[in-house]
Amino acid sequence: MWPFSRFRRPPDPGFPGGLRLADHKRESTARPVRPVALPAELVLALSQHRGAPARPLVAVGQAVAKGQLLARAEGAISAPLHAPSSGTVVALEDRPLAHPSGLRGSCLVIATDGQERWGPLPEPWPDYRQRPAAQLRQRLHGAGIVGLGGAAFPTAVKLHPVPHRAPQLLIVNGAECEPYISCDDMLMRTRPGEIVEGTAILCHGLGVAQALIAVEDNKPEAAAALAAALAAGHWPGLEMELHIIPTRYPSGGERQLIQLLTGREVPGGGLPADIGVVCQNVATAAAARDAVLTGRPLISRYVTVTGEGVAEPQVREVLLGTPVNQLIQQCGGYRDTARQLLMGGPMMGFPLAHDRVPVVKSCNCLLVHAAAPAAQPASPCIRCGACHEVCPVGLLPQQLYWHAQARELERARDYQLFDCIECGCCASVCPSRIPLVQYYRFAKTELWQQQREQRQAALARDRHQARQARLAREQAEHAARLQRKKAALAAAPATPAPAVGVSSGEDRQAAIRAARQRARQRKAARAGTGPGTDD
Amino acid sequence: MEFFRGPAPQLFIGAGVSALMGRVTLALVPAIAVLVWLFGNGVLVQLVIASVAALAAEALCLWLRDRPLASSLGDGSALLSGWLLAVSVPPLLPGWMTALGTVFAIVVGKQLYGGLGHNPFNPAMVGYTVLLVSFPLAMSRWTPPGSEIALPEAARIILGGAGIPDAYSGATPLDALRGARQQGLAPPRELLGWLGGRGWQWVNLAFLAGGLWLVRTRTAAWQIPAAMLGSLAGLALLARLLDSGRFQDPLFHLFSGATMLGAFFIATDPVSASTTPRGRLIYGAGIGALVWLIRSLGGYPDGVAFAVLLMNITVPILDSHTRPRVYGR
Repeated sequence: MWPFSRFRRPPDPGFPGGLRLADHKRESTARPVRPVALPAELVLALSQHRGAPARPLVAVGQAVAKGQLLARAEGAISAPLHAPSSGTVVALEDRPLAHPSGLRGSCLVIATDGQERWGPLPEPWPDYRQRPAAQLRQRLHGAGIVGLGGAAFPTAVKLHPVPHRAPQLLIVNGAECEPYISCDDMLMRTRPGEIVEGTAILCHGLGVAQALIAVEDNKPEAAAALAAALAAGHWPGLEMELHIIPTRYPSGGERQLIQLLTGREVPGGGLPADIGVVCQNVATAAAARDAVLTGRPLISRYVTVTGEGVAEPQVREVLLGTPVNQLIQQCGGYRDTARQLLMGGPMMGFPLAHDRVPVVKSCNCLLVHAAAPAAQPASPCIRCGACHEVCPVGLLPQQLYWHAQARELERARDYQLFDCIECGCCASVCPSRIPLVQYYRFAKTELWQQQREQRQAALARDRHQARQARLAREQAEHAARLQRKKAALAAAPATPAPAVGVSSGEDRQAAIRAARQRARQRKAARAGTGPGTDD
Repeated sequence: MEFFRGPAPQLFIGAGVSALMGRVTLALVPAIAVLVWLFGNGVLVQLVIASVAALAAEALCLWLRDRPLASSLGDGSALLSGWLLAVSVPPLLPGWMTALGTVFAIVVGKQLYGGLGHNPFNPAMVGYTVLLVSFPLAMSRWTPPGSEIALPEAARIILGGAGIPDAYSGATPLDALRGARQQGLAPPRELLGWLGGRGWQWVNLAFLAGGLWLVRTRTAAWQIPAAMLGSLAGLALLARLLDSGRFQDPLFHLFSGATMLGAFFIATDPVSASTTPRGRLIYGAGIGALVWLIRSLGGYPDGVAFAVLLMNITVPILDSHTRPRVYGR
């Protein structure tokens, strides 16, 4: 239809835009993955997943065993929390959390006893194939498993079938496209069999027969390990395949990965499930395997500690709730050059003001940069359009920026602000160094706020209207009653019907006597039984 | 320990604004060399005048607007506008005119709209157009190709205020063609080179070389020059096929006048051009078509400045009507 439509897409198959970035993975993949020494105190945020915070089930002073349920999921979208080690609950209080605004949040604090005493765990289900999918999802939910790629969305909710569309394909995401982060890489190298088993379990929980495991081509060791694990196992009725994808940020974005592997796009405003696809991270698959085959809940994860500001960059297995400063100390501590601490990678991570915050389920990376970049202020936008060229969603980041800046939020929404995945490609190529993603987050937050206010206003308006309607109705009924009475009175002299309940004078006297008689009897009865006397 | 808290992403790749402006300025160098070779050292004097005027006007405006001087002057955009105007005007144009045009370009064309990034029109072409309509005679007196003018002589003429000596002025090929067309004569053969206008073909080749480098380094969007040159050549070819006696061939149009300067250096100014891929194609094609129209049917010998300014007007509409398809929509 349009004469130039063939210029719309780059010739490179996959997804449009994106960046080829120096991946900086070697720094942290040279050392073996070791567990972190047990910290004296574990700080467990009640809200370390998407959805409602977990509700604590233990009291301060109570002894807890490793793996014991500490807090239960609250509401439809939530996840429970388990004790990463044995010890005593010493506090339930607000502590600083890893959050862009340095917020504090409700945390359970456990003083560890060093005994690593396990509590009773649910029985392992080696026969999980014989169990219904719903039971499997319940097990994953009970184990506190959330998306470990960074989103921390409760896995069981994501596996839950959506109406109108049966799932067909599970994509297990081992792309790990963001520079510096290497925890998934190391997990794939060290626990490939468990990832593959976990993939089979997730397939069963989802009710699909096909799964693709995607790995970027800059992780040959991980890909080889997974290929070997896939070849070693036997998965009746399941078709599991390893896909090596080109290294291009953000290939690990859920929607980009789906486009890359299937050539299909998730409809705008929809979910991958709407096209029959569900994505899960490799670490989530491994955690699902642990929950089903060993009964172990989610109490630890692999965390990348890297960057020029860290003495010994490496991937560690970390108990949830381990303070970041202790984790970094065990990686050789900071170098003198350390200037900036990010939770997450350099593209989508957020800066931490200090390191006295605990590791949470979504924490895949702690990145310590040597120099603080972008010290120079942003210069004006020169409308060069470099941002659009790299946008994997095909947005016009520049227009979004102008509208967000001018607070023309509806215009920003019209330019599909809410389709922005905040990958940061636009901002990293902006020659004016404008923090574009910040503007989008601001605009989104404002719009959400407006939406909330509108909803509340609509609710108040509905209530007001209902009240007005009720008052009007009551008034009308009252008026009608009055009208009827008036009509009855007006009609009375014309036809003096015998009044109801009102009879002749003698009858009336008799009735009064009878009533007095009854009252006396009642009084006498009370006087006879009661402690007091009457006259 | 406390850490620096800047927003994500923390990874920057690609050139900054001043590097981009620097690249465009650098890409002018081959053409400047050819201009000096063909038309003498006047071009260098114009470059100096325009640079000084542009930086002074920019600094004054920034000071009046209470904006930081160093970062804005350092972005190189004012200097680039000055240079673009300097290579557009006749090499021996009186210096005060060049200065006037440059100051107008910076003050009215750019700073009054809010400075870099906010001007709807290409500043250099605003300045050029002001000069063209204010001083039509001086602006059409180009030195004939092959003139050798020493630097002191050029400076004396430009700064002297006595105007351009007749010995150093002649009609450009496009000018001569327009004259011939208006008088119903055949185009003068001696002004035509093997590719475009005599002498001017080299200027255009030099601008093309610099421009291709800009496209290659992704400093300039390829869509704009491609569409502009394509539509100019296409229209010229069509007209040539219809009436070969009256219209010039496509190659002449491509390698005469300000075609290549306009295609790669003026129309690609990101601030005043369309920003969407399809918008850029339409924008470039519109400029090419207008250039052909003005040259072949209009009253001015060349039309790049007018074409660019006219298409600048359409940019907001182009941008909002050529929005690319968004993922999943």
